[in-house]
Amino acid sequence: MAVTVKIPAQLRAAAGGVAEAEVDGSNVREVLDSLFASFSELRERISDDGGSLRRFVNVYVAGEDIRFMDGLDTAVADGAEVTILPAVAGG
Amino acid sequence: MTAEGLKCRECGTEYPLEALYVCERCFGPLEVAYQHDRSLSVAERRRRIQSGPQNIWRYSDFLPLAGGPPGPSGRRTSRAGLPAGCTPLVRADRLAAELGLREVWVKNDAANPTHSFKDRVVSVATARARELGFKVIACASTGNLANSVAAHGAALGMESYVFIPSDLEEQKVLATGIYGTKLVAVRGNYDDVNRLCTELSAERDWAFVNVNLRPYYAEGSKTIAFEIAEQLGWTIPDRVVAPIASGSLFTKIGKGFDEWREVGLLEGDLPIMYGAQASGCSPVATAFAAGHNVCRPVKPDTIAKSLAIGNPADGPYAIDLARRTGGGVDSVTDDEIREGIGLLARTTGIFTETAGGVTTATLAKLAARGDIGARDSVVLVITGDGLKTLDAVRGSFESYEIDPSLADFEATVDEASLAVSGAR
Repeated sequence: MAVTVKIPAQLRAAAGGVAEAEVDGSNVREVLDSLFASFSELRERISDDGGSLRRFVNVYVAGEDIRFMDGLDTAVADGAEVTILPAVAGG
Repeated sequence: MTAEGLKCRECGTEYPLEALYVCERCFGPLEVAYQHDRSLSVAERRRRIQSGPQNIWRYSDFLPLAGGPPGPSGRRTSRAGLPAGCTPLVRADRLAAELGLREVWVKNDAANPTHSFKDRVVSVATARARELGFKVIACASTGNLANSVAAHGAALGMESYVFIPSDLEEQKVLATGIYGTKLVAVRGNYDDVNRLCTELSAERDWAFVNVNLRPYYAEGSKTIAFEIAEQLGWTIPDRVVAPIASGSLFTKIGKGFDEWREVGLLEGDLPIMYGAQASGCSPVATAFAAGHNVCRPVKPDTIAKSLAIGNPADGPYAIDLARRTGGGVDSVTDDEIREGIGLLARTTGIFTETAGGVTTATLAKLAARGDIGARDSVVLVITGDGLKTLDAVRGSFESYEIDPSLADFEATVDEASLAVSGAR
């Protein structure tokens, strides 16, 4: 299933300069694994040693934070948009 | 300048003093690192501060501007832009007595140009944005920041874009739009607005004060700690109670005291730091109570909209500070918030917005629980003005309407006040 991953400016250098990538996967874990297969450098930037997301990385599926859903197991529909963004403080 | 670069709080990677906010290696937040001139004596440092203007620029040695304080000259900085800070620290003996405490001080940051502490952070961020050559300032806001960015844009002649949740209090919307900003109400909560602005900041060459300028912006909050210490005669209070939304203000108050201890301006331990949240949005208090380091995001549902950040990026650092100093993070209900606003108003003459109600109610809770020692001095950080959230106090008191006659006054008001005092 094709999914669009939006890559934040801070990670584009590690992703061949692209702002988004088309990858496959039916949940967030698969989508990210598929992204890491194309851009191996991204793995250590986003994930910690245990395979979880680093604590200042936010991932959204169709605009919703995956922590409100099933985390890395959150289902991703065909054609959906997955957005990776840094956490930013300040109100 | 004493600021020497940006440094990742997580992995320590260093970056130049530009519009950067995220570590490219680990995604951790970047923070300004300083190299202070070790040859200055404590007396000389104090003189440098005391000879400065009556605003935050008196602390320029500890703020990240390359060109020193903005304005035509050091003496005249209070005439440039919208000078923030040097707000009153008032002794609140009647509040203390009501809570059974000895010494309570209120840091009244409603006394800033746009009536909240946000003028401190926006002053620093916009000054740095100008140094970096930005023409447009912008922000994602829960309201107070919107007021401040719009006003600073007007004062400095910079174009501004302000993004707010569409359900914001009317007072905050009106007090933003009037400055001629481009006001954008986003259908969603603050966390949605924040996400949008994070995406936008990569696409536009704008200074989002709390996104790409965040490392500079956040430093402005240290000036609350500097002022408290200076106003208390260069001492550190025993305890500080301050609100937590993203956790940035709370964390930077700790950093302010810490930096001054490091250069010898202050001696002694950090204050015991207490954070205050609304129960309807308490991801930091919940994580603290559970012993976690990471906050699970929540969907906010509280009248304290200026604290309604469900995904607090500095939450882990706020928890660490509370733990490290032996303090805590508590939460209070909407009813307690309303009571807190009333309590502060009644006992100090200071009318605060809902965030101040959260802070005051948290102090009351700590006092009732016996968590604050009988001999301790406590500083309550009041971050915004009650006129910003008038709905919260509607119907919270009684008043009288009478005919313009002595007889009606005596019949209605005198009788009613007798009844009240009789009931006591």
